[in-house]
Amino acid sequence: MELVTPDIGLLVWMLLSFTIVLFILKKFAWKPILNMLNEREKFITDSLESAERAKKEMKALQSDNERILTEARAERDLLLKDAREIREKMISEAKGLANKEGERLLKTARENIQNEKMAAITELKNQVAVLSIEIAEKILKAELSSDEKQKSLVKNLLQDVNLN
Amino acid sequence: MTNKVNRFKSILLFFIFLFTALSVSAYENIENDGKASADSTQEPKKEGFNAGKLVMNHIADSHEWHIFGSEENPVSIPLPIIIYNKVNGWSLFLSSNFEHGKAAYKGYTYVEGKIHSEDGSGFYDFSITKNVLSLLISLTIILLVFITVAKAYDRNKNKAPKGWLGAVELIIIFVRDDIAKAAIGEKHYARFMPFLLTIFFFIWVNNLLGLIPIFPGGANVTGNIAVPIVLAVFTLVITLASSNKNYWRHIFAMPGVPIFVLPIISLLEFVGIFLKPFVLIVRLFANILAGHIVLLVFFCLIFVAGQASTGAGLGASVPAVAFTIFINCLELLVGFLQAFVFTFLSAIYFGMAIAEPEHH
Repeated sequence: MELVTPDIGLLVWMLLSFTIVLFILKKFAWKPILNMLNEREKFITDSLESAERAKKEMKALQSDNERILTEARAERDLLLKDAREIREKMISEAKGLANKEGERLLKTARENIQNEKMAAITELKNQVAVLSIEIAEKILKAELSSDEKQKSLVKNLLQDVNLN
Repeated sequence: MTNKVNRFKSILLFFIFLFTALSVSAYENIENDGKASADSTQEPKKEGFNAGKLVMNHIADSHEWHIFGSEENPVSIPLPIIIYNKVNGWSLFLSSNFEHGKAAYKGYTYVEGKIHSEDGSGFYDFSITKNVLSLLISLTIILLVFITVAKAYDRNKNKAPKGWLGAVELIIIFVRDDIAKAAIGEKHYARFMPFLLTIFFFIWVNNLLGLIPIFPGGANVTGNIAVPIVLAVFTLVITLASSNKNYWRHIFAMPGVPIFVLPIISLLEFVGIFLKPFVLIVRLFANILAGHIVLLVFFCLIFVAGQASTGAGLGASVPAVAFTIFINCLELLVGFLQAFVFTFLSAIYFGMAIAEPEHH
């Protein structure tokens, strides 16, 4: 029975000291600790949220960048293709022009050559005619320089005629 | 959520029943031992080892803090004695004046840990006893620890706690989330937090101090009925002070109860108001007391066996020490568990006091 009978002394001391400690702790320990805990939890949640937001923004930014990059790349490709086409067109045009000019030049050259050739041939023909006449003249002169020669010639000619 | 709470409740109930049963049986044993020792003192048996008396001396309050040595000539710390006598007024002196019960001083004698007046006049004993000193030591520890913690929080705002502060924070958050928020609810828990944290750490620190065998531990503070009484009275007062209309309606006009049953229910509910803190008192007191008793009884086995022969004493010491270690580990768990149960049930009572009417 002694165990379950509270001592007045301990009861009073317990009541007194516990009450005092309860109030001191409430004011100087629990309030600041709990406030700080709440504050920190709030801070952590806020930080996480803002990090999440930043991540999303970053992602949006990245996809934007990528879009711009692909657009730029496509544009570059287009420009390159155009340039290539223009170049090819220019080259082919130039080639065509050059060919045409060449042909024209060739043609005129050929015509000139032909003309020159014709002129030369005519000239040559004339020359040959003159020369032939001169040669024939000289040969005749030489062949018919004496009477004997004239006679033999006639003889030969007559022999050829024979009687056939 | 409800599933978790239910499982939790059933585990809780199991432990409560287990330890209540354990403590009741242990207490009965000690009562018998006490009677046996009382009988044996009447027929003087010199030099005998009296386990019951030793155990009772250790768990009872005392005016000197015994450290070691025999009962007649111990080494102990004398404690101040403060007595108010209606005739003689206040007297203040050290308990060493009693010379361990061998001498009378200022008209008072000291017998078996209690002060008696020689002329039989009534007096009030407000002495700083072993339990009071232990109580003051534990409260000082709590104050120092938590004011240090609060200062540390003030220094590193919004930073993770370092070292042992992390462990303290873990328990504070445990009390907040798993006790206060779980039992009272998100809306109202904050105003009960200071009290819940204080009783939790108070009970736990004192339970742990009680397990340390030498000064400044070893006193049986939470196992002394006066301490749980004060704690439970606090719980009762706070419950009643914060109770709302709905709480009283559930006691005196339980909705959905037929009018002819209402008086019985109301009576039971009314008794329940006081029964709840009473159960809190008995549970904490009996558990801690039983823990101390069981620990001491196992130790006493060595000397009880030693009375038969030295060999038996040595032989008994091996299992006895093993059992003591086991019980000590169990008591570490019980120390925490009882702090938790007391706090949790207090929180549940607060939760009942502020509960809003349910709309069905």
